[in-house]
Amino acid sequence: MELTVRHQTTYCYETPASQVALLLRLQPAALDGQVPRQWAVTVNDTPVQTFRPNAYGDGEAFVHLRASVEEVLIVASGRVETRDQHGVVSGFRQEGPLPVFLRQTHLTRPDAAVTAFAHSAGGTDRLSRLHALSALVRDRVGYCAGSTSTASTAAEVLAQGRGVCQDHAHLFVSAARALGIPARYVVGYLMAQAGDRALRETHAWAEAWVDGLGWIGFDATNGICVTDHYVRLCGGLDAHDAAPVRGSVLGATTIAIRADVMIGEAEPGAAQQTQQQQ
Amino acid sequence: MTFSEMHEQDGTIRSCYAEVKRWIDETGIDGLHGRMDEAEAIFRRIGITFAVYGEGGDPERLIPFDLLPRVFSRLEWERLDKGIRQRAQALNAFLYDAYHRAEILRAGLIPQDLVYQNEAFRPEMIGFDPPGRVYSHIVGIDIVRTGPDQFEVLEDNCRTPSGVSYMLENREIMTRMFPGLFSKGLVTPVDDYPALLLKTLKEVAPPACKRDPVVVLLTPGSLNSAYYEHSFLADLMGIELVEPVDLFVDNDRVWMKTTTGPRAVDVIYRRIDDDYLDPLAFRPDSLLGVPGLFHAYRAGGVTLCSAPGAGLADDKAIYVYVPEMIRFYLGEEPILSNIPTWQCGTESGLAYVLEHLGELVAKEVHGSGGYGMLIGPQATSEAVAAYAARIRANPGGFIAQPTLALSTVPTLGESAVVQRHADFRPFCLVGSQMRLVAGGLTRVALTEGSLVVNSSQGGGVKDTWVLRN
Amino acid sequence: MLSRTAANLFWMARHLERAESTARLITMGQRMAVLPGSAYRDEWRSVLRVTGCEPFHTRSGPVTEADVVRILLLDSENPASIHSCLVRARANGRSVRTKLTQEMWEALNLSWRRFEGYGLDEACQELPALIDWVKTRASVFRGAAETGMLRHEGHDFMRIGGAIERAQMTLRLLDVKYYVLLPETDVVGGGRDHYQWSSVLHALSGIRAYHHVYGGTYSPAHISDFLMVNRAFPRSVAYCVDQMRWHLERLAQEHGVLATCHKTVDEIFEFLLDGQDGAIFQRGLHESVQQCLKLTNRLANEIAESYYF
Repeated sequence: MELTVRHQTTYCYETPASQVALLLRLQPAALDGQVPRQWAVTVNDTPVQTFRPNAYGDGEAFVHLRASVEEVLIVASGRVETRDQHGVVSGFRQEGPLPVFLRQTHLTRPDAAVTAFAHSAGGTDRLSRLHALSALVRDRVGYCAGSTSTASTAAEVLAQGRGVCQDHAHLFVSAARALGIPARYVVGYLMAQAGDRALRETHAWAEAWVDGLGWIGFDATNGICVTDHYVRLCGGLDAHDAAPVRGSVLGATTIAIRADVMIGEAEPGAAQQTQQQQ
Repeated sequence: MTFSEMHEQDGTIRSCYAEVKRWIDETGIDGLHGRMDEAEAIFRRIGITFAVYGEGGDPERLIPFDLLPRVFSRLEWERLDKGIRQRAQALNAFLYDAYHRAEILRAGLIPQDLVYQNEAFRPEMIGFDPPGRVYSHIVGIDIVRTGPDQFEVLEDNCRTPSGVSYMLENREIMTRMFPGLFSKGLVTPVDDYPALLLKTLKEVAPPACKRDPVVVLLTPGSLNSAYYEHSFLADLMGIELVEPVDLFVDNDRVWMKTTTGPRAVDVIYRRIDDDYLDPLAFRPDSLLGVPGLFHAYRAGGVTLCSAPGAGLADDKAIYVYVPEMIRFYLGEEPILSNIPTWQCGTESGLAYVLEHLGELVAKEVHGSGGYGMLIGPQATSEAVAAYAARIRANPGGFIAQPTLALSTVPTLGESAVVQRHADFRPFCLVGSQMRLVAGGLTRVALTEGSLVVNSSQGGGVKDTWVLRN
Repeated sequence: MLSRTAANLFWMARHLERAESTARLITMGQRMAVLPGSAYRDEWRSVLRVTGCEPFHTRSGPVTEADVVRILLLDSENPASIHSCLVRARANGRSVRTKLTQEMWEALNLSWRRFEGYGLDEACQELPALIDWVKTRASVFRGAAETGMLRHEGHDFMRIGGAIERAQMTLRLLDVKYYVLLPETDVVGGGRDHYQWSSVLHALSGIRAYHHVYGGTYSPAHISDFLMVNRAFPRSVAYCVDQMRWHLERLAQEHGVLATCHKTVDEIFEFLLDGQDGAIFQRGLHESVQQCLKLTNRLANEIAESYYF
């Protein structure tokens, strides 16, 4: 399948900023199941040239803007050819040590409830256990926009029983790690289908390691493994570690951030894009 | 039995202390006290103030200086020198390995979790090759002595060990006040340290640097307890002392803001903790730091000394495995031994420690500065019980060691020369080669019988002599 | 040189100069307070006004010496107090410690804590000695810089900072007291006397220098001339501008760059040159002072901009 994506992030400053620094992970890697075509990233209409692999192998670029900046507009857009690999995410050019993905962070550290929750996932082998865990996350944490914040931890999410994709992914990686399974938080784009949670923002899901198969992508929010409707941008230990855009600003007071994602299936031979509306 | 470094067992003076002894007798106790006041006045005027190991407290406090030098013979030093270099080399080899193939873990010599679950391990560093594969460019090794031939390593400092300014200033003061002591050329000089440090830092310039490298020293600012040392070293090396606000990153290079515009920086000797280096890479809530610094580092545009994540090697839980590292990476037997250490994180270790806590020295794995430490034999039973409760609550956070019979060195007491416990911190420089000046920082516990040499808890410093022959 | 270093040297000198000028103002206030007619002149209030510290005086009624000592000498909350200025000058100096000589550092380092925990009564009692002490510290520092400091660009930035603060202090004084120098109007409650004129000169320690230049009589025209355009009196605006021009010129030569601040300093220079021989008085003293204040403020901003402070 060929997907067209336009991902736009806007930073607005109440007073002009004297210095803006941006760390961008907006370059989808070429993997077995996804090949970016004509992908381009611009910041205030200037192309961002060099993305270098970070420690996890995801492309990373740094942009520095000086002199009074009132607005920053980051656009990542292009076409990505995807293939359904039944959830298996493979073809990474660089693989770090797996046990790193057992590290819990401030956002994922399990409390007793999360640990118990993790152990309540049945299954005969690791793969079936992970499927069970993904289903459990979806059962126990209902989708409810606005019910959590970016600072919500996995333990808080489980206790509260409501959340969004970020919270599902946090709870999933937290529980998987508690079971000794390397797991990571992933950010990317999802082309929604009927019945899915359609998105105007980036989507988050998780990857867990299964010996013999490698990394498997679990989207607990939608109760499935990743398909050719998914475009993977970057991963990390938690949402903070895997943020596709990080910014640091000097000399400005109030910041408003808007993100907008448009994704659709490309018509054969045309670079036209469809806009998904919820 | 406590070993007195000045005396043979029969009470006669050890030959390396002959000159010091002659000088003490010649000057007399009253004379020495008079000179001590002078020395203190000089220290205060120059403004040498700070707490050594980031101990907190008044940042402008003076550390007591003791006039009587601590002396090592040439033979003793040669052994120390070899042992220190060996350790510094192994620690750097371990760091490279830990962030790459982790052969030592595959060989089963160090438990995986101790590395990958370690707070000091920086996942961001995985797979990156720092210039020259050096992570810790200045290795400070804390050494204690328990006998004529027994030197043991108390801990390693691989991040940004401080205290070297004392080594230099103590010698400077002694030379200024007692030129006669040095005129015979008995003592090996230490004053080439800044030049060697600069040479070392230039050797690890990044790939993007095609000229004589521009080196800067990055300090958190003048409120930092070691600020004096930062400005002192920058001055002696003739390099800029910069704060995070002076730097910015553009085009994968680091620039400093000067009165004539931006100027590229190649090597940063940073005296800032990993957490505060770059708010985009590490702690996002940090107001300090240079956004994008870590990205420029990975892109080969700048070298950070020490490398982020170098602290993994000086973790107190990793310490236990340093002798294994020396055997594994260098194929040698360790020249300096470790102190036997029980890890409360292991079942057997915890059981032993809780049973013998009253005889042991217990420490927090991530603590420093002598705080959060229990000296069993000198603690009340209530204190021991309270500490035991802390260990039980978080066993992995603690280690324990036997109480050592630390050697003593001559120290100026009120009416006589007295013997006080001391430790020693040499500074090994690691660039494309290793360099070590013959000396270091001797810290002394000024209270009789005390084993705590930290300046925040009654410790002082003194000049350290390595004899030429 | 690091921009932050230049900025710190610039501000260190400004803070120190400010402490010293304020000390001189307090001396003037003391002297005026014991002279006849002091009650209606409310000389202490003008001291607060010149330093921009009137808002710190919240009590109603005339301003007393104790008020001024509290606000201008001791108050660590008031950024313009002598205490605050010394602390800040020292903090500036500390962060560029390696650019100062040993003697300069000692001069700064010895003084900064002096006013911590000083009682108001105690300070009022010892006021003359304290004021002298402040002036001495500033002189020692200047002397140490004069004879020991390397003449690198840092020295220029330091001198520029001191000169701009000094010029502005003189200008603020004239801004507050210009009316005593106006011949056209009368002061309520009686004619202007030479006390009022001499107070202005006292505030700038310029009595003797004035007589040396203009002979034994006071006239508003001469006093204005002396404080604005005389190029020999070190606290006159023209002298300070000469200093700034000279040091900015050195920077331009060293860097090979002429910036906007160079144009502005020339503009101030020309403005004062045109004001010689009583012209400034005819042009309107108040307007001239206002214009100079505006230009020196702009200059300070442009210096910060040109050298990336």
